[in-house]
Amino acid sequence: MKMIGEMLSYPFLVRALAGGILISLCAALLGVSLVLKRYSMIGDGLSHVSFGALSIAVAMGWAPLAVSVPVVVLAAFFLLRITENGKIKSDAAIAMISAGSLAAGIVVTSLTTGMTTDVSSYMFGSILAMSPWDVRLSAALSAVVLALFVFCYDRVFAVTFDESFARATGVNVSAYNVIIAVLTAITIVLGMQMMGAMMISSLIIFPALTSMQVFKSFRAVVWSSGIVAVICFCLGMAASYRFSTPAGASVVLANLGAFAAFWAAQRIGAFLAGKHK
Amino acid sequence: MSSLITCSHVDFGYENHDAVIDLTMEVEEGDYFCVVGANGSGKSTLVKGLLGLLSPTGGSLVVAEELRKTGIGYLPQQTAAQKDFPASVREVVLSGALNRRGNRPFYSREEKDMAKQAMKRLGILELEKRCYRELSGGQQQRVLIARALCAAGKMLILDEPVTGLDPQAIQDFYRLIRHLNREEGIAILMVSHDMANIVGQANKILHLHQSVVFYGSPEEYGRTKAGQEFLGGGIV
Repeated sequence: MKMIGEMLSYPFLVRALAGGILISLCAALLGVSLVLKRYSMIGDGLSHVSFGALSIAVAMGWAPLAVSVPVVVLAAFFLLRITENGKIKSDAAIAMISAGSLAAGIVVTSLTTGMTTDVSSYMFGSILAMSPWDVRLSAALSAVVLALFVFCYDRVFAVTFDESFARATGVNVSAYNVIIAVLTAITIVLGMQMMGAMMISSLIIFPALTSMQVFKSFRAVVWSSGIVAVICFCLGMAASYRFSTPAGASVVLANLGAFAAFWAAQRIGAFLAGKHK
Repeated sequence: MSSLITCSHVDFGYENHDAVIDLTMEVEEGDYFCVVGANGSGKSTLVKGLLGLLSPTGGSLVVAEELRKTGIGYLPQQTAAQKDFPASVREVVLSGALNRRGNRPFYSREEKDMAKQAMKRLGILELEKRCYRELSGGQQQRVLIARALCAAGKMLILDEPVTGLDPQAIQDFYRLIRHLNREEGIAILMVSHDMANIVGQANKILHLHQSVVFYGSPEEYGRTKAGQEFLGGGIV
C-alpha cells in the first residue's frame, strides 16, 4: 500500500501507469482477433518497423510520432495484404521486413548520432518515455478500440471466426481488417517507447493465449484478455519499481507468469474432470 | 416451381482471365444441385459469383427477389484456424443472424430465438454452451449449418462440406442435408468431390471445367463419357 502511494507521487510514473494500462488494454483486445486469425506475426513485424521509423526520425531530428505513426500504418496495410494473399510465404516476408527495418534503423543511427540512449530505450523500453501527450493519445486510442469492441462486437467476432461467411452475409471484411491493423499499428508505436521494440508484441499475444487456455467462449476470452493484461501490467510495474528492473521486461515476465498460472489451472481442471468421470 | 437463380451465358472471373465461361444453368426451389469438377475448374469462383462476392464479367445472372432479401446460407470450407477457436456453439450460430440486424449494434430477442430454433432443428441445442473446438467434425458441421440457416431459410450453398469427416459422419451429414432438402424444402447447391454419394441424391448435376462439360440429371450424367470418367468405376 505504502509502495503504491509512493509510486503515485512521481508524475512520470503516474503517466507511465495510465498510458501503460490503456495501451495494454488495447493491445490485448486487438490481440484476441490477431492471434485467432493467425496474424500474430503482424504485431511482431510492426514493432520492428516502428523501431526503424522511430530511430530514423530521431537521427534526422524529426518528431518521432509524426513520422512513425504513418509509416507503421502503411506497413500494417502492406503486411495485411501479403498475409491475406497467401501467395508469398507470409511468415518469411514478415521476418524479412522486420530484420530489414531493424537494420535500417541501426545503420542510420550509428551513422548520424551513434547509438544514443534514445535508440537503446526504443529497443528495450523506458519508463520515462510517456509524455503527457502520449497519455492523451493512448486515451483516445483506447476510446476507439473500446467503441469497436462494444458496438461492433458481433461483427468483430464474425470476421475473426470466419471471413468467408462474414463476407457472404454482407460484412465488409476488408474494412474490419484494415481498422484492426491500423489500430494495432498505433498501439504498437505508442506502446513500444515504454515496452521496447523487442517486447511490445508480447502485450498483443500473451493475454489472448493466456485466456484461451481456460475460457471457451469468445466473449469470455475477450473479457479475460483485457483484465489479465491490465493486472499483469500493474504487477510488472510494481515489481519494476520494487526491484529496479526494466519496466518492459518486468511486464513481459508478469504476463509469462499469468500464462503459466492459467496453463496449470487448465491442466488441474482437466485432471479433476477426468477423475470425476 | 419458381426459379431461385438463373444464369444465362454467364462468365465469372478476375481481372484478366475468366475462371468460368459461358455458364447457363438454373437453380429452382427445392433443387438438390451438385457441382463437380477437377481442382481449379472454377467451382469456387462459381460459388463466389452466386454469393454475390464477384460480379459476372458477362452474361446475365438473375437472383430471385425473395433470395436477395434473405440472402443465401453459406457453408464455407473449414479453415485450420477454426479448429481451435474458442467460441461457444451459441456464439457461432448467432453470428449467422448478423445480416438480419442491419445497423443495430446488438441482437434482438427474435434473432436469439431464431438461433435457438436453428440449433433445435439440427439437434445441437444441448451443445449450446459447449466450445466449438471441442466438438467432433460432424458436430462442428452441424453448428455451421445451423449458422447458415440463421442467415437464410430458402437456399444453402455448401463448399466441399465432407472434407475431413470420417465415413460415419459423412453418411450422417448427407442424411441431414437430404432431410433439409426434402422435408423442409431448402434448395441445396453443393460443391463436392464425393461423387459416389452424390449421384443418388442430387436432381441436377453440373460438371464444370471452366466451361460446362455437362449439365442435366444424374441419370444422363452416368451415361456420358465425362460422367463415366469422373465417376470412376462407381457406376458401370
